[in-house]
Amino acid sequence: MRDELLAIIEKNSRMDLKDLAVILGVEEIDVVNELAALEAEGIVCGYHTMINWEKTNIDKVTALIEVRVTPQRGQGFDSIAERIYKYPEVRSVYLISGGYDLMVILEGKTLREVSSFVSDKLSTMETVLSTATHFILKKYKDHGTVFSRKKEDEREMITP
Amino acid sequence: MRNPLAEKVVEIKPSGIRKFFDIVSEMKDAISLGVGEPDFDTPWHIREEGIYSLERGRTFYTSNSGLKELRQEVCNYMRRSQGIDYDPLKEVLITVGGSEAIDIGLRAMINPGDEVLIPQPSYVSYEPCAILAGAKPVIINLKAENQFRLTARELEEAITDRTKILILPFPNNPTGAIMERKDLEAIAEVILKHDIFVMSDEIYAELTYKDKHVSIASLPGMRERTILINGFSKAYAMTGWRLGYACGPENILQQMTKIHQFAIMCAPTTSQYAAVDALKNGDEDVAQMRTAYNQRRRYLMNAFREMGLECFEPFGAFYVFPCIKEFGMTSDEFATRFLEEEKVAVVPGTAFGDCGEGYLRISYAYSLENLKVAIGRLEAFVTRLRSSR
Repeated sequence: MRDELLAIIEKNSRMDLKDLAVILGVEEIDVVNELAALEAEGIVCGYHTMINWEKTNIDKVTALIEVRVTPQRGQGFDSIAERIYKYPEVRSVYLISGGYDLMVILEGKTLREVSSFVSDKLSTMETVLSTATHFILKKYKDHGTVFSRKKEDEREMITP
Repeated sequence: MRNPLAEKVVEIKPSGIRKFFDIVSEMKDAISLGVGEPDFDTPWHIREEGIYSLERGRTFYTSNSGLKELRQEVCNYMRRSQGIDYDPLKEVLITVGGSEAIDIGLRAMINPGDEVLIPQPSYVSYEPCAILAGAKPVIINLKAENQFRLTARELEEAITDRTKILILPFPNNPTGAIMERKDLEAIAEVILKHDIFVMSDEIYAELTYKDKHVSIASLPGMRERTILINGFSKAYAMTGWRLGYACGPENILQQMTKIHQFAIMCAPTTSQYAAVDALKNGDEDVAQMRTAYNQRRRYLMNAFREMGLECFEPFGAFYVFPCIKEFGMTSDEFATRFLEEEKVAVVPGTAFGDCGEGYLRISYAYSLENLKVAIGRLEAFVTRLRSSR
């Protein structure tokens, strides 16, 4: 049940417990216990909402920043990653294979805010060798959700 | 002027679904639980192969029996899913949907007056195709108490000296019934005893929610007397691509290929290229869709339980077949009133044979959100009917 439950709530964390129990073919108490276990094990870390901010009046700027760093003896990349992710404006930090080391996703209100973070905070860290900042111009799809289209059911109403 | 029409064709009743379709299409705001096709889009990697094939200019006929690569993939699939070996060069034919395979399979095997056994409720085209092929259709009425499975006894009782073919439509549209190994073994014995042939329509083979589907062709002695029909419509959500196939013994397949060659030439080339990718890389997509259907199936069964509507638990396809006999109406009346009063379209069980009387086909090829709305209306309707008695 665990895999199927995770797949469902990753798409829709608002489905109520009764419906979850029904479609998984288990008792409600089993769902409650499983969710509690998933939270306790740190597998479910939160229940977020997909928002298409572009449709609101709220301005946001998102940047993907490639960061090359010098790994530290005994700690590898973890301590530098931690120093970066502690900033609340940093949304995500990933260790990446390939041409650079860390992928930092940063959200700010304005371009200036983002660029000052990069120049003042990020690139001044001792272990950071270089950064490359890419601003996101448009989000087409996020977390498996396509933002633009609402699809109509184009099937015939009755077919054998 | 002389009558231009063939009596044989004129005498065939139009599909019961057609009449209902006409009423529904007049209604702008109706919602439907009446479709027999998946709500999912064809997985993108499959569509992309179709697009690539067009870009590369692969717009010619393929060989009559279909792309060799596709026939090979069909054989690989049959081997890995059922453990049956077919020769891709002689024992596989790619058709325009499973429907064409039903038609030409019957035409290739029927002599005038041969009897074809058709268990009902079942898909609408078996009976007309049998008649057009010159056969006498003999209906076997399946029963709810057997979960709409075909029993050896029912089969035995329907067989005469003229019986040539049994059509075996499982997993079943419209009931959602399946035949498990033990059920198949029981009827295989009867089939062998009477030396009849089987046309096994397994178009819903990938959509079962218990054990994996078992093909009757995989049982001892059955491969050489079975035409196995399958296709891409249901498993890969590819209805509009019109692509199916038949596998079976060489002597039958060669004659089917002859009809196909003269009547059709070949199945659509674009669809065939896309289908190669479906069989090569589509297992994960099928698994995901199966999981989604199963969740909806559980949702509906639970909803029927809660509103006290009798329904046997189906383990295949994407239909449930609830019983509405308690309301003292025909299926047609119930479906018509439900449509008029609640604006939800379902298909009366009688569209799939007279023994579908007292039942409705409800499709769960809809998102959970849509099902919830429609089931809410069904509950309101049922409650109103009960309180007015």
